[in-house]
Amino acid sequence: MEFHVNHPILFVLAGIIIAVVLGQSVYFLVKALRRSKELGMDQKKIRKTIQTAAVFTIAPAVSIVISVIALSKSLGIPLPWLRLSVVGSLSYEAIAAENAVSAMGLTLGKIDRLTAQQFVNIALVMTISILVGIWLVPVIGKKLLGGMSKLEHRDAKWAEIFQSAMFIGMISAFLGYVFCDFSRLWTPGDYSPTSGLVPVCVMAVSALVMLVCGLLMKKFKWAWVNDYALPISLLLGMASAIPITAWLG
Amino acid sequence: MKKNLSYIDSVHRDGRIWNIGVMLLLLAFPLTVAAFFGATPDWGALVVGLIATAPMYWAVGIIETITFVPMLGAGGSYLSFVTGNISNLKLPCALNALEQNDVSASSEEGEVISTIAIATSSIVTTIIIMIGVLCIVPLTPILEAPVLEPAFAQMLPALFGGLGVAFVSKNWKIAIAPVLLMLVLFIFVPALNAGTVGIMVPVSVLFTIGVSRILYKRGVL
Repeated sequence: MEFHVNHPILFVLAGIIIAVVLGQSVYFLVKALRRSKELGMDQKKIRKTIQTAAVFTIAPAVSIVISVIALSKSLGIPLPWLRLSVVGSLSYEAIAAENAVSAMGLTLGKIDRLTAQQFVNIALVMTISILVGIWLVPVIGKKLLGGMSKLEHRDAKWAEIFQSAMFIGMISAFLGYVFCDFSRLWTPGDYSPTSGLVPVCVMAVSALVMLVCGLLMKKFKWAWVNDYALPISLLLGMASAIPITAWLG
Repeated sequence: MKKNLSYIDSVHRDGRIWNIGVMLLLLAFPLTVAAFFGATPDWGALVVGLIATAPMYWAVGIIETITFVPMLGAGGSYLSFVTGNISNLKLPCALNALEQNDVSASSEEGEVISTIAIATSSIVTTIIIMIGVLCIVPLTPILEAPVLEPAFAQMLPALFGGLGVAFVSKNWKIAIAPVLLMLVLFIFVPALNAGTVGIMVPVSVLFTIGVSRILYKRGVL
């Protein structure tokens, strides 16, 4: 059988694995929903949590589709579809594919037609290199979380601060990242000096929207604003990037 | 208390089965393709390709696991490490849900809420990618339209602006030092960029925990 990167068999294989992963998500959702009822949690709030999570996910998920499109040009559709539905990210997959191909003395993007062997090599390098989290969580996840609950028993206040500190630590790294091109203002190069301000302004717009949502909620008691504040600030922030980039970029 | 333990234990048991199962399936993909088309991998090139890729990603993967598992909770961890996009989607989604419901991440309610948020997000992501793949021909010109490009390029700043306000305003005493440190590092160290932000997450988390410990001991928090 002649191989090509969009062979129907590849779609079937990728589809099966993705269906299993979808099954896992549904399984855990149902399990958690059942537990929430047993715990007597407010089901109205649970429904809102689901709605917010779904709405919030749309824009990031569309950006993943864009990554699938970008990678599909050299790798066909099924492999990027699989790799970006199960772990993976654009930058990671692109690097892994590039390394796999260059080890065979080729350059990705310059290959007219991948052979089955090249395709298998790329898929193996991508898969093996990304697998760590999938098996490591089963190995150490329980111990790690057990450590957290021990901490909680020992000193509940510190455990809560510890948890907040982790969240804040992660958010701080990304807030720093927003400023990574800030130095373009005083570093000459092949770009507009103000282009480094684009992400900073976008972040400011998003933060402002979030603040306004908070005020609206307090002033007018609009509970729905609380539910959708994050998706709204994400979308308006992204939309603001279009004029801001045209202006500063 | 007993029941409480049994739910978490069952999450771990089921999560282990699912994750190991998915891992085997993922490995089966290239092997099945090889068998189906009668292609043997180019072993030499495979080893070279893996040496160039795996050590770095394995190191990052180990650090990410240790950093993210305590934030994601049990169910959320098993799911997130299978479906990916943790720091840019699953974790913000879980954090927002915890905040919205005003529950602590370490409580069982928190565990349930973050699992629900992450599972929902995973399902929606998978379905949207599926739709995208099915409609790839008509969608490509729309999604790759130059006018939309800046919007998607700036997704992370748009996400962390909103999330930052929500969390920093509530924990500003904890946030001052790490935010300042990260700003200085990212502005003045050219090697820090979109590609290296993942490595800075655990650094920042450890630093924040250290600073918080000092503040806590001094009675500031």
